[in-house]
Amino acid sequence: MFNYTFHWNQALRALPQMLDGALVTLQVAVLSMVIGLACAIALTGFRLSGSRILSGIAAVWVEVARNTPALFQIYMAHFGLGNFGIHLSPYAALLAGIAFNNAGYLAENFRGALKAIPETQTRAGRSLGMNSLQAFRFIVLPQMLRVAYLPATNQMVWAILMTSLGVTVGMNTDLAGVTQELNARSFRTFEFFAIAAVIYYFIAKAVTLAARALAWRMFRY
Amino acid sequence: MIEIENAHKSFGNLEVLKGINLNVEKGEVVTIIGGSGSGKSTLLTCINGLEPINAGRIRIDGTEVHAKTTDLNKLRQRVGIVFQQWNAFPHLTVLENVMLAPRKVLGLSRDKAEEIAVKQLTHVGLHEKLSVYPNRMSGGQQQRMAIARALAMSPEYMLFDEVTSALDPMLVGEVLDTLKMLAEEGMTMICVTHEMAFARDVSDRVAFFHQGVMAEIGAPDEIFGSPRKPETQEFLGSVR
Ligand SMILES: Nc1ncnc2c1ncn2[C@@H]1O[C@H](COP(=O)(O)OP(=O)(O)OP(=O)(O)O)[C@@H](O)[C@H]1O
Ligand SMILES: [Mg+2]
Repeated sequence: MFNYTFHWNQALRALPQMLDGALVTLQVAVLSMVIGLACAIALTGFRLSGSRILSGIAAVWVEVARNTPALFQIYMAHFGLGNFGIHLSPYAALLAGIAFNNAGYLAENFRGALKAIPETQTRAGRSLGMNSLQAFRFIVLPQMLRVAYLPATNQMVWAILMTSLGVTVGMNTDLAGVTQELNARSFRTFEFFAIAAVIYYFIAKAVTLAARALAWRMFRY
Repeated sequence: MIEIENAHKSFGNLEVLKGINLNVEKGEVVTIIGGSGSGKSTLLTCINGLEPINAGRIRIDGTEVHAKTTDLNKLRQRVGIVFQQWNAFPHLTVLENVMLAPRKVLGLSRDKAEEIAVKQLTHVGLHEKLSVYPNRMSGGQQQRMAIARALAMSPEYMLFDEVTSALDPMLVGEVLDTLKMLAEEGMTMICVTHEMAFARDVSDRVAFFHQGVMAEIGAPDEIFGSPRKPETQEFLGSVR
């Protein structure tokens, strides 16, 4: 029945290797978030631009990013683009897929945040002589950031966890990839994946706590 | 001087202002009374160009508000407006609320803007609240802050749109006292109000609006003591 013997020593000896993988995981997640934020800002601009083409692009992007599995989005970046002669390395494909996903969710998040700031705030700014850009920059944007902040930190945690999908396109340097290779060599499946899960947990938790501390400093009202 | 000449304003098919004529001299206090939907707020937002008009003309010290060449941002520096909902900027402290426009619009230094803001906030009795965020204050305090915020731009004209209507009855007095003080200092003001005692007390002239028309205008004693139009009599009867 139950005749699996645990071999924690062997697994723990691989810990340094796994922690190196964790650094790669964090790196991919942070980069995907930075790229995703930039794209989300652009998408928000597209949506507000009034141009049908630009807002169409933004709408399709947001719909696909939010309503298809992240796994497919990463597959598309790797194998899909490959069909068009664009060959991305596993690392680049993983990064592109997650950044695409982040951008979709963040753009939607920004849209909601923008809606949450009443028109009367802009009006109050304009009636003090501000132009529309000043009213946006000094009155609307700071309030938007606060509304958008918490969902954005959730997306960051989600991005960290999504990086584990990289193994499906041959990524072998991040935490999931390293764990998978160790497992394939030793068959100590439970031990390696348990340790990996604990590491993922601590990264996610640390990011959440750091974000909360930062929020406490940034949003004093 | 504010000159309103035959101003017409429609929202879609709804004609809200049907040819308003009104001149307000420097130093004068004019209050506007009238039923809900009679166009009082709309007139104020047309005066500072937040809303366009469909016909007629509004001039402020000779500058035509709705002319294409008019820089509305410049013009609004001279015409302050305070709304029923005070619209405090929630992410800024009381001091920062008042300093923002002087710094960003007038381009004043931080020190100079702060000096002006402190002066105006002291004027409306909020000198102890400088570093507080608006959500920690009562409605009356937030409304006085909004008044100080408008005054910090050193406007020559002030428009007040029912600034006490959203307040608890207990807090109305402190805001009305602030308006009275401004009136006594010689500020040129147009106040839309439902506070008849206040209108009677501070106004040089009282205008009664009815269904988009300025039905009657005159000294407070005339309007409140011996209104000529039946609409005015009926309105005053209903609010007493
Ligand atoms: N932005 C707008 N779009 C469409 N209709 C509007 C708009 N603003 C005002 N109205 C309409 O214009 C009419 C006059 O409105 P206004 O706010 O000027 O009245 P008011 O005299 O200030 O009334 P109250 O005492 O209730 O504040 C109302 O029927 C109102 O519904
Ligand atoms: Mg009104």
